[in-house]
Order: sequence, then C-alpha cells, then structure tokens
Amino acid sequence: MTAAVPPLPRPRRARGGTLSTARRREGVIAIGMAGPAVLLLLVFFVIPVGLAFALAFTSARLISPTPARFVGLRNFAMLAEDPVFLRSVLNTFAFAAVVVPVQAGLALGLALLVNGRFRGTNFFRTVYFIPVVTSMVVVSIVWTFLYRKDGLLNRIIDAVTFGHVQGPDWLNDPSTSLAAIVFMSVWQGAGFHMIIWLAGLQTIPAELHEAASIDGVSRWTRFRFVTWPGLRATRTFVLITITISAFSLFTQVNVMTQGGPLDSTTTLVYQAVRSGYQQQQTAYASAISLVFFVLVLIVSLVQRHLTREKD
Amino acid sequence: MNAKTRRLVAASLVAVTTTAVLAGCGAADGGSGAEGGVLKLWTHNAGNAAEYDVVEKVVNDFNAGQSKYKVEIEAFPQGSYNDAVVASSSSKKLPCILDVDGPNVPNWAWGGYLAPLELSGGEVPLDDQLPSTVGKYQDKVYAFGFYDVALTMFARKSVLAEHGIRVPTPDQPWTRAEFAAALADLKASGKFEHPLEMGTGGSGEWWPYAYSPQLQSFGGDLVDRSSYKTAEGALNGPEALDWAKWFRSLVTDGYMAQKSGSSPNDDFLNGKSAIEWDGSWDAAKNVEKLGDDLLILPPVDFGRGPKIGGASWQWAMSAHCAKPEGARAFLEFTRKTKYFTEFAKATGTIPATDAAAAQIPGYEPGGRYESFVRSARDFAVVRPVTPAYPYLASVFEKTAKDIVAGAEPEAALDEAVKQIDANLKLNDFYAG
Amino acid sequence: MTTESPRSAPPSARRGLPGHALRVVLVLFFSFPVVFMLVSSFKPDQQIFGDLGSPRAFLPVGSLSLENYTAVFDRVPAVRFLLNSVGVSAVTIVLGILVNSLAAFALSRMRWPGRKLLLTVVIATLIVPFETFALPLVWWVSKLPWLELNGFSLTLTEGWLDTYRVQVLPFVANAFSIFLFHQYFQSIPKELDEAALIDGAGWFGIYRRIVMPLSGPAIATVAILTFLPAWNSYLWPLMVVQDEELRPVMVGIQYFFQLNVSWGQIMAYSSMITVPVLALFLAFQRSFINSIASSGVKG
Repeated sequence: MTAAVPPLPRPRRARGGTLSTARRREGVIAIGMAGPAVLLLLVFFVIPVGLAFALAFTSARLISPTPARFVGLRNFAMLAEDPVFLRSVLNTFAFAAVVVPVQAGLALGLALLVNGRFRGTNFFRTVYFIPVVTSMVVVSIVWTFLYRKDGLLNRIIDAVTFGHVQGPDWLNDPSTSLAAIVFMSVWQGAGFHMIIWLAGLQTIPAELHEAASIDGVSRWTRFRFVTWPGLRATRTFVLITITISAFSLFTQVNVMTQGGPLDSTTTLVYQAVRSGYQQQQTAYASAISLVFFVLVLIVSLVQRHLTREKD
Repeated sequence: MNAKTRRLVAASLVAVTTTAVLAGCGAADGGSGAEGGVLKLWTHNAGNAAEYDVVEKVVNDFNAGQSKYKVEIEAFPQGSYNDAVVASSSSKKLPCILDVDGPNVPNWAWGGYLAPLELSGGEVPLDDQLPSTVGKYQDKVYAFGFYDVALTMFARKSVLAEHGIRVPTPDQPWTRAEFAAALADLKASGKFEHPLEMGTGGSGEWWPYAYSPQLQSFGGDLVDRSSYKTAEGALNGPEALDWAKWFRSLVTDGYMAQKSGSSPNDDFLNGKSAIEWDGSWDAAKNVEKLGDDLLILPPVDFGRGPKIGGASWQWAMSAHCAKPEGARAFLEFTRKTKYFTEFAKATGTIPATDAAAAQIPGYEPGGRYESFVRSARDFAVVRPVTPAYPYLASVFEKTAKDIVAGAEPEAALDEAVKQIDANLKLNDFYAG
Repeated sequence: MTTESPRSAPPSARRGLPGHALRVVLVLFFSFPVVFMLVSSFKPDQQIFGDLGSPRAFLPVGSLSLENYTAVFDRVPAVRFLLNSVGVSAVTIVLGILVNSLAAFALSRMRWPGRKLLLTVVIATLIVPFETFALPLVWWVSKLPWLELNGFSLTLTEGWLDTYRVQVLPFVANAFSIFLFHQYFQSIPKELDEAALIDGAGWFGIYRRIVMPLSGPAIATVAILTFLPAWNSYLWPLMVVQDEELRPVMVGIQYFFQLNVSWGQIMAYSSMITVPVLALFLAFQRSFINSIASSGVKG
C-alpha cells in the first residue's frame, strides 16, 4: 500500500473554512467572554453614573416634596462663584501632586528593601502592609491623637532637637494641616504599592542581576539599567492607581479635619459628599462630581500621553 | 496551578458555599414582608443597649397585649441612621414607625417622610410634656419624645473654692464678666493649659447643638425666626459679631483648645480642664467618678439669659405606612408614665413629664439632677423649626469652626448669611 | 521569558547591616498605630486618654483587662458580621477573578472590533469615586428585578435592597482588575495561542489551560485588590442593607459612636476585625509571592 493518499484536511480548515469566518468566530467568542463584565459595568456603573451626571442639570434635592426639574447650567454657574469649591480644586491638585511621586517612590524603596532572600522577608512585608489592611477610620483616629499639639509626634520632635523646635498643632494650623494629611496618607498607602512593585520586581530575570553583579557594576547602575527598565508596565499601573486614589481623597479628611481649618484640607470628593448628604443638595453635589470626573479624565489623558512618549 | 493556589481555590469554594447557605437564610427571612399586621419599627439605637432594651420592652408589651398587630424592631447605628432612612425613602420603603432627631422633624415632615400624628388615646396627654419634646411643624404634631437632654457645665467644687469662684445657680447664673474673670483666674493659676473644655473636637450636630445657644444668649440666632426667610441680621448682626469675637477670644486667650481631644469628658475627669461644657448624658459617669466634688452648673448668661438647645430623639409615624391605624395604636400605647420613666432612667436623660421625673432618683425636686429639668423647662430653645435646618446646621458648623480657627468674624458671618439666603431662595423658602 | 530560577531576586539584595537597621526602624514606623490599637483595646477609656502623648500609649501598662472585648460582644453581633463579611468578600473575589480575567483575556489576546474603545471606557470608569454616584445607585438597585426560586417555581421580584447579592454584584466587574489582568496577559507571548489554535484548542481552552495557570501573580494581586474594599465597605451596605443579620463588619464600628463614645471598645472591635486580615495576608502573601516567582513571567 504505497499509493499516495491525499493528506487529511488540517483541523483548522475543517472547522472554519475561510480566514474571515475564523475572525468572525473569534469576535463572537471575545464578546461572549467580555460580556459578563460589560453587562455588570453597564448596570452598576454606566447607568447610575449617567443618572448622577444628569442630576447635575436639575434642581434635585436629597429630601424634597417637589420633583426635580431641569435647570440647565445653574449649578455650574453657582460652582464658579463658590470659594470653597475653588479651594477644593486647588487642594485636590496640591495633594495629588505631592502624594503621587512621594508614595510611588517610598513604595518602590520598600519593595527593593524587602525583595531579597533573607530571614524574615515575610515578616517585614506583612508589617509594612499593616496600614493598608487597617480600617482607614481607625488609622485616621490614631493619627489624630499623634498630631495633637501635645501628641507623641511633637514629643519626639522636642526630644530629638533637645527642646529647640516646638512642633505646631499639626491639624489645626492651616499651614500644616494638608501636609499632615499628605504624610499620613502616604504612610497608609505605601504598603499597597510596595506589593505591586514587588510583583513587578519578581518578574525581572535573576540572570540579568547576576550578570550585572559579576560585571561588578554599582548598585545604582544596576537599578538604572536592569531594574528600572524592567518595571515599565508596573510603573504605569502604579502611577495610574495612585493618581486616582489621590484625587479621591475623602475618608481622612472626613475623620480628621472636616475640610478645616479655614478650608485648608477641603477636597472635591469631600465637598461633593458634604453638599450631597449633609446639606441635601443632590444636584449641586452631582455638578461637583461631574467637574471632578472631567478634571481627573484630563489628568489621566495627559499622564497616558506622557508615559507613552517616554516608552 | 500549584498546590498552594489549589488550596486557596478550595478554601474560596468553601466560603462561597457558606455564603450561598447564608444567602438562602437571609432571603427566607426577608420574605415575610409587612403582611399579616406586621409593623416595622426603626430606631437609631444599635449598639446602645440601654435605650434599645427599653424599646424592646415596650414593643414586647405591645405585642403581648393585643393580637392584631406585631411590631418588629430594626436597629441602626446612630451615626448612619439618617443615611439609611433617606436611602430607603428614595425607594418608598420606610418602616411604619421610626425615631427621628428632634431638629430634623420639620425637614422630614416637609419632605413627605412623616405623617402628622393625630393622637387621641394614650395615658399621658401631650400637654404634660416638656415643650421641647414635642416635634411640631406648621402647627401639626409629627413626633414626640420620652426624654430630653440638657447642656450644662461640669466643674469641681474643690477647684472653684480654691480660686474663690462663686458657684452659680439657675436663678443666679454666671454673667459674661464673671465667667471671663473665672477663666482668667483659672488660667493664671498655671494648672490648666486650657481651663475651659468646650468640646470643640466634635463635629456634626454637636456644633449647632452646643454653640448656637451661646449665640442666642448673646442675642443672635441661626436665622430670622419671624419669617424664616433670611439670616440677615440674626447671624451677622452686632450681637452675632460680638459672639463670634468672644468665641475666638477663648482660643487666643488660651482658655479653650481650638480643637479639643477625642474624649473631652475623659480629659475633664483626668483633670486637664476645670470647667466642661457638656451634655447631661455624662452626668451619671461624672457623679460616679467625682462624687460630691462634682458641680452641675447652669449655662452662662451672656445677656439674653442662659440658653440651652432643646429636643432630642422622638418617635414618629412614616407617610409610607400602609397601616396607619396600627402605628397610631402602638404610639398611643407607649404614652404611659411607666415608659417615660423607664426611658429616662435607662438613658440617664431628662424625663419628658413631671410625673416621670418624680419617680426617678435625682430628678425629683431637690434632687442631684433637678437643675437639668429646670434648664430643659426654662432655658431650652428648640433649633429653628424649618425644613432648611440641616442646611443651616451645616453652614453654622463650618462658620463657627472657621471663626475658632481665626477667620475674620465679620466676613465669615456675612458669607454664612449669603449662603443661607441663597439656599432659602433657591428652595422657594421651603414652602409647601 | 524565563522558567528556570525559582526566585529571581538579586541574591545580594540589601543584605548589609544598614539595610537591616532601616527595615527594623520601618517596622516601628508602620506598626505603631496597630500597636496602639491593640494595647488600648485592653485599657479603660480614662487611661487611654491619660496615656496619650507619652510612650505609655504604646505599652501594655496600667490596668489591663478583657472588659472591652466582652463589652463588644454584648453590643454588636460581631460573629455574624464577621461571617457576612467573609462570605461577601469571598464571593466577590471568586466572581471578580473569573469575570474580569475573561474580559481582560478577550481584550488583550483576541481581535475584535470595538476592543480599543471598550478598554478606554473601562479605564475611564476608574475615575469616578463611588461616593459620588452611590445615591442614584441605591435608587436604581431598588428597582432592579430578580428571579427568585420558591420551591420549584420561579418568581420575578423587584428590588435588591436587603440582600447579599446587592453587596456583591455591583463590585464584581472592576476596572482595576480588568486593567491589571490585561497588562499581565499582554506579557504572555501570543505565540502560545497560535500554537494551541493550530493544535485544535479553542479560545476557552487557551484561557483555562495556558493563560490562567501562568497568571498566578495577577490573580493574587486581583484577589487582594478585591478583598480590601470588600472588607472595608461601609457606606454602601449602610444604605442598602436594613436587616441587621446581613450587615458587614465595618458597619459595626458605628455601633460604638453613641452619645458616650467608648474608645476602648472601638479599639477592641477594630483589633478583632483587623488581626484576622493580617493573619490571612501573612499566609496569603507567601503563596502569592511564591507563585509570582515560579511563574517567572516578565511583567
């Protein structure tokens, strides 16, 4: 039996036939796979956010006997003249501008510090992660104690400087309150991003480091030319997550300062919540949220543009 | 998947199953609904066993005494109670019976949350109650409370004696000048960094509750109560300005902390302050710790007589209630001197009627706490009776905090008036 | 891509004495609030405030007792709340990993029209903080239908308030998770897919047998990312869950903020809900870091 038998058709062709039907099939399966997430996002995000934004153009109140009516841009006109709102925009940007680089940097430092093979790595990682898993409300309360004029922080400053420097009343002095919240926020969030950086570090092949260390290059050079380029994808992720969480600053402010003293710590989300719930001005709060959304969107687009150029 | 990941997945699956079972139970419970004469009752007392136990007892008595209705309690933590009510109102799911913080009654009545109470029966007539314990809006009664609380000043007898400071009485409270002199003496002694504890570390309703009575004693107010259409003159007139400057001076003179600690009462008990501006709810604890050395003092008279805030938690019927006659029957049932007594006793608050007061040790004439009853009757001013109150309260809190932190008083008060007037106008003066 | 070295950390990483000293100092820096919380949970209120401002605040000195803890159990159905939170978090994590990884797989490894646009929309959803649309969402979920199984008959009911599902489903699809999976999947060589397709595998097969097993680190990170907000959720359950039986742990903290705030009890309750999480993390992060190392995929 040596007669030539035609080869069996390849499984691929038997299934799909032409290339374009394979493509179409791929499209259908892809939509099926993305479907659950898309549906859930649509129902629990897109629709309610759409509703919230639509409210910004109405007279809706939290509690009211009369139904909301369309008022055009009235709420936005009021925003433009609201000094507290303008201050909130400023504070929010100031907070993010400091927190993003500092927290990302500190987190990377921590990750490098515990990214080794030595006794107790798990212990150190867990301890650095403690603030992340502790309820923000509890953490805020404890820091409020520490920041008091006669609190532990000032006692330490006093001891270290042999009484030459007297610490301020951190949270009650408009010139230090935002800085105090920045510091505490970085402390709280660094552990989380340490984990993200660690995940990135772990994916850099060890051979590269070994080769580098055999060549006897300095630690800094190794970081600059091996570690840093290897963290490209992680960098983008850390940058975006810190930026967004920094812009959403709320809980700390709500517990520790309620926006004060003299509006020095008020933020956009804090004002949105205060207007929407406490003051029952749903429509006004929605207008703040909409402006917030647009601002953060612009920042994110700029960020994406910048990171893309560098790559 | 390695072994560890697999173990993790297995653990998750166990958790999922547990939850599914729990979810099943939850759904079965939730299915009973309001049919068959069930009346839902909401209270702000989750985690507050003293008051919750009395609510439970009243409900049990009512359920045992008749078979037509069955009242079921759901308790919420106080800090989030209002949010829960608002959220469920947006879906028209309010319970039949609910409690409400006194100053919010007009807002909730106006918003259509509450139904007017037309109480006919009940052992205790409404007229017997302290006026501040009856929640009214536009001449209709919407709520009533079993108790009130009173603002007061706590001090140590020994400390006042040591500094030669007169002990004030309800008939002869401290005047503004006397109070200033006392604070100056206490400060000069060097024993107290801040001789006066005002509780400035608090937030929310505490601010209008605690400090607007002082503003009123100066002659100002949150809003012009003759029309409820403007705050002009009331919140930024010369009297209000005087108050604002005085309030700030307490900080600049070093008499009080710009922001006090998280537990001002513990700071007072630890001897960090000499005089504490606080509520009657801390009286029992202070008596226990300080015994006879504790003084319970009336508020200072800043010109228009001593003032305290009136109205605490009260009971009401929701407008969504499908069985209003049942809710009414329950509310009428609760109006017994026995329950007025038990609520006040359990919570250490001021009973709303004289009959109840006579039965509680300390609140009887001549008792340790009699001055609270006196204050509640003679000095209490209810917070502005307007649906705009939550807004007024929020603006006042921020403005007063700004003033304490050093904002220019005149500008701060003018800004507050501007905001309040704009809000009133925007809402058609909360008509309807 | 390397599959060799089990651990890829630079072997000489910061082994010196200065590095270790720094690590130890940082331990103090990051742990002191939890130490304060734990220590205070055994102290009476008046002493907590008496000790503030001195190192005593961080030391188990003075009169210590378990009184705060027994009071907590009198005040809050703590066990029930813990079980609720464990259940809600676990289901959210499992569903979240499934739903988001599927979506990310479709977005990163398959070609279909509209995926670029979808990815952009997904990322845009990251920007809106939950607080700002919570109220419309309450109203909206109170209108949503649900199929309920009663015996053998299915009935259509309205409203999701007062359920477990309302605490889970809105948080399953998560842009962060999709984004994270997407980034990760992109780093897995596409040639693997092509080879598998030629061998007759379907797209689901590739997802299940090739991509997911290589994605340990992404799965672990997503699990943590999903767990933290689920465990800490507070505003949402407060608004949509009226039945005490269904409440999660964070709502319990509010039980202590009454007229007389008991800080000792707050610290005791906080300890009770924090320590299990830390223990979990300690156990979890070991396997999570290991799985990252063993997969050895370049991120």
